[in-house]
Amino acid sequence: MKKKEAPYIEKPNRPLAIYAVLFLAFLYIPVLLLPLFSFNDSIYIAFPIKGWTLSWYQEMFTNEPMFAALMNSIRVGIVASVFATFLGVFGAKAVTRYRMPGKEPIVAVIMAPLVIPGVILGVALLILVNAAGVDLSLYTVTLGHILICVPFSMATLMSRFEGFDKSMEEASADLGENTWWTFWRVTLPMVFPGILASLLLCFTVSFDEFILAYFLGGTDPTLPLFMWNQLRFPNRLPVVLSMGALILLISFFVVFFSQWLVRRDRS
Amino acid sequence: MNDDAILIKIDSISKQFGEVIAVNNVSIDIAAGEFFSLLGPSGCGKTTLLRLLAGFESPTSGEIYIQGKPMSEIPPHHRPTNMVFQNYAIFPHLDVAGNIAYGLRKEKLGKVEQTRRVDEALEMVKLPGYGQRRANELSGGQRQRVALARALIMRPKVLLLDEPLGALDKKLREEMQLELRALQETVGITFVFVTHDQEEALTLSDRVAVMSMGNVMQVASPQDLYHRPVNVEVADFIGQMNFFDAEVSEMIGDEITLTTEGLGRISLNSTAEFVRRGGKVVVAIRPEKLSLSDRVEGDDMFSIQGTLSTSAYLGDRSHFYVSVQGHDEPIAVAGQDSFSLERGSEVSLSWNADSILLLPAE
Repeated sequence: MKKKEAPYIEKPNRPLAIYAVLFLAFLYIPVLLLPLFSFNDSIYIAFPIKGWTLSWYQEMFTNEPMFAALMNSIRVGIVASVFATFLGVFGAKAVTRYRMPGKEPIVAVIMAPLVIPGVILGVALLILVNAAGVDLSLYTVTLGHILICVPFSMATLMSRFEGFDKSMEEASADLGENTWWTFWRVTLPMVFPGILASLLLCFTVSFDEFILAYFLGGTDPTLPLFMWNQLRFPNRLPVVLSMGALILLISFFVVFFSQWLVRRDRS
Repeated sequence: MNDDAILIKIDSISKQFGEVIAVNNVSIDIAAGEFFSLLGPSGCGKTTLLRLLAGFESPTSGEIYIQGKPMSEIPPHHRPTNMVFQNYAIFPHLDVAGNIAYGLRKEKLGKVEQTRRVDEALEMVKLPGYGQRRANELSGGQRQRVALARALIMRPKVLLLDEPLGALDKKLREEMQLELRALQETVGITFVFVTHDQEEALTLSDRVAVMSMGNVMQVASPQDLYHRPVNVEVADFIGQMNFFDAEVSEMIGDEITLTTEGLGRISLNSTAEFVRRGGKVVVAIRPEKLSLSDRVEGDDMFSIQGTLSTSAYLGDRSHFYVSVQGHDEPIAVAGQDSFSLERGSEVSLSWNADSILLLPAE
């Protein structure tokens, strides 16, 4: 009975359902192997799993170089996301609010790092940094990350700026507030969910960025670089896996949290 | 208008957007305490003119004076005007009280005084106790009231309203019209009201400026607009009107005789400057100024024969459409609905000489 009542558009479709399951399996099974093998009591990644252990996690917390790399990544991520978002807010306001000549080319240039291959960008920045006589360090990595984070921030914030009515800002001016106060009292609160989304997105982009960190990094590695280096030593692999599993868990909560914030704002 | 009474002087204002002339050399004086409407179809420049008054646009040429002070160098946040936006522009991140108190920051009121002012404003727009509501919990009519309160709490010299009733349904709109008029009389603030709804403009306003394609065609009281429109466009836009092309066939002093297409020959007195012997004019007559009869009667000079082509029942009255020779469109006549006539029956139309309007040919 129930099936008959389903509207045309909601009719179940078995082949599509199977496709969806396969698709999700293809996407996530490799990723889920990571946490699985992080509990494996062997340094070799192979089935069947011999036994279960938490020792890799213990080792991770006592592994000081790894912990230092994690902190490097977090520091770079926070600074890069804050700077990129700061630039993104003003850039997005400018291109969505003001009439100016050559707007499209300007936006295209800002968005370019999204499509420039990382290797090319890395080499170019390395040459530039060398020519300027700056030593490679986490600072240069951070600069690179700001460059690639700004497009993400712009894209997030431009849609937010376009989504809110210009008459809100006019109303504020009409009620006696100048440009600065209008920005502070109306524009900023209204784009705030976009700012939060931009911060989280930029942090994620910076956190798992490898190529620029590889080219521009000094002696202090970021976490992806550290993990890459560890792969040379087979017996370190399980620790890398446990680190990966932990990052997976944390990213899940970060994304969940940001989605929850955006949804709460909408209702 | 006497100079002391003038609050807003719009002096030869033009506004161009690229090639488009949105407002073309408009001059209007608006008196203090007046309810003034800008009426016209969409794209006629009325909203641009309102935005020029608010300071959101700057004029290409001309000047606006408020209380004698030129406004072109004064930004919106320093003008003695406040605006009710078409979509109300209620700040979604603030509650109702926060919205209404938004403009009070610079007054640095104490918390108690500010709450008192906000409550007073809510009382005025009949939303007492709504202070803690959020914008998305309000209906369209309530949002409109909040927008009004938020503007009026600033005690502006001029309140600008951009089609504030456009989004409301018919019944609510009529209620709000009466309330808006009563509110304007209570606060005594000059209202400049933009609308495309001629009925609304006539109901609310002391005076109305009718605009078309950037030009102001007539500024007059609702009564004058209805009874003495200056041209075919105004006459057509305000209420319903029958038009007949005509030629001035005789002219002796003020006494003229017209040969019309549809009404036959008509004699009347006119001092209008556009009337010339042999020249074209347009004869206009309102549907309610015509009377319909099923008998052939009356003076040839003030009546005509025709056939009833269709009728429309409007509840409190009916409109009949009568076809006559020499006129393509059937003539609209307003009548009582008790008047029952078969379609196709022979009828006669009659009128008084003084209910005929002469307008310049287009």
